[in-house]
Amino acid sequence: MEELKMILEALIFASEMPLSAEKIAQLVGEEDRKAIESSLQELLLEYRERQGGIHLEEVAGGFQFRTRKELAPWVRKLKGVKNSLTPAAMETLAVIAYRQPVVKAEIDNIRGVDAGGPLKKLLEKKLVRIVGRKDVPGKPIIYGTTRKFLEVFSLKDLSELPTLKELKELEER
Amino acid sequence: MSYEIKLDVFEGPLDLLLYLIKKNKIDIYNIPIALITDQYLQYLEMLRSLNLDLAGEYLVLASTLIHIKSRMLLPADEESEAEEEGDPRLELVQQLIEYQSYKEAALGLDSRLLLERDVFARGLYVEAPAETEKDEEDIELSLFDLVASFQKIVSQMNKEELLEINGERMSLADCINEIMERLTKEQNLLFTDLLETLRDKRKIIYTLLAILELMKLRMIKAYQTGPFGVIRIILAVGGDGEG
Repeated sequence: MEELKMILEALIFASEMPLSAEKIAQLVGEEDRKAIESSLQELLLEYRERQGGIHLEEVAGGFQFRTRKELAPWVRKLKGVKNSLTPAAMETLAVIAYRQPVVKAEIDNIRGVDAGGPLKKLLEKKLVRIVGRKDVPGKPIIYGTTRKFLEVFSLKDLSELPTLKELKELEER
Repeated sequence: MSYEIKLDVFEGPLDLLLYLIKKNKIDIYNIPIALITDQYLQYLEMLRSLNLDLAGEYLVLASTLIHIKSRMLLPADEESEAEEEGDPRLELVQQLIEYQSYKEAALGLDSRLLLERDVFARGLYVEAPAETEKDEEDIELSLFDLVASFQKIVSQMNKEELLEINGERMSLADCINEIMERLTKEQNLLFTDLLETLRDKRKIIYTLLAILELMKLRMIKAYQTGPFGVIRIILAVGGDGEG
């Protein structure tokens, strides 16, 4: 099975996005799914034990090599600092992430301001996408988060989002 | 990238309200409406006196607060009415709490390990119009685009800051030379770079005229990274400038 591990490592490295186990299975052929799973686990373990500059992470439903967070300052020297999201965009994103599928009017109501600008930015950055249209008068657009969102925020899937604290408290009152 | 001037401190009227509540150490489940309404209105006054355009939502919330305040002032009928109506603040409080939880959620998201900030992957990410030096998607601007953009910039400037015309003599030629000098030194400039430190209304107009003139003479070119993007000015290749 050593060769399988090598192949997996190479595929994950070469991929530009997190590579899912399904996609790997497709690429590798009708290989035994269990074998792939166990090789992946071995790979994960190896990298963890290696304690090197890169880790193998499970994000966005797939696997991806990522630098260790402690080394961020160094890598930033190489890549420069990217423009980050504004608080407005982050709030809008949070609302969409937790309430998807959601229409713009709902987002506007929750934040108390028009979400048009942040929404456009989020769409451009591909963190948010149009899921469809709501079947009510006006047929407003419905929004949801993307796979890229999971990738950027280091989430395996949406269920990994922490629960909203205050809302829980409100319900309990 | 839109040319919006936003009050950086507050993300909207709800945010302002939360700020006031926190500042006054108020229990959000028992807001002294009169106090909060007054403070909120005071803030709006201040913002308006600074000549800042307020989003309509701020005014909507102002009237909501005043409405709630008036309802609270009505004599409380010990009998049925008060009980049926319930606390007039309730809806607002629920909205505030909900907004607050999403604000926290946003902070929570930001505190995660973010790709391209805290951790990095090997992949190539094609992001939306980034401000790169050589952006092949630049659209060459027409004169009309430039004028429209100029209008926007000037209208955003705080009118009080535009000083009266001072007696200094200046000519269009001077402005042209200044721009050419800066461009030769700095290779490329943002449209806003050229305008942002200018206070003299006449100088601003001259600068725009100078840019237009130089474009007409094909000595400079203006590029925009897509609609509503930043505008860059560069020397036209092969142009032999004067002095």
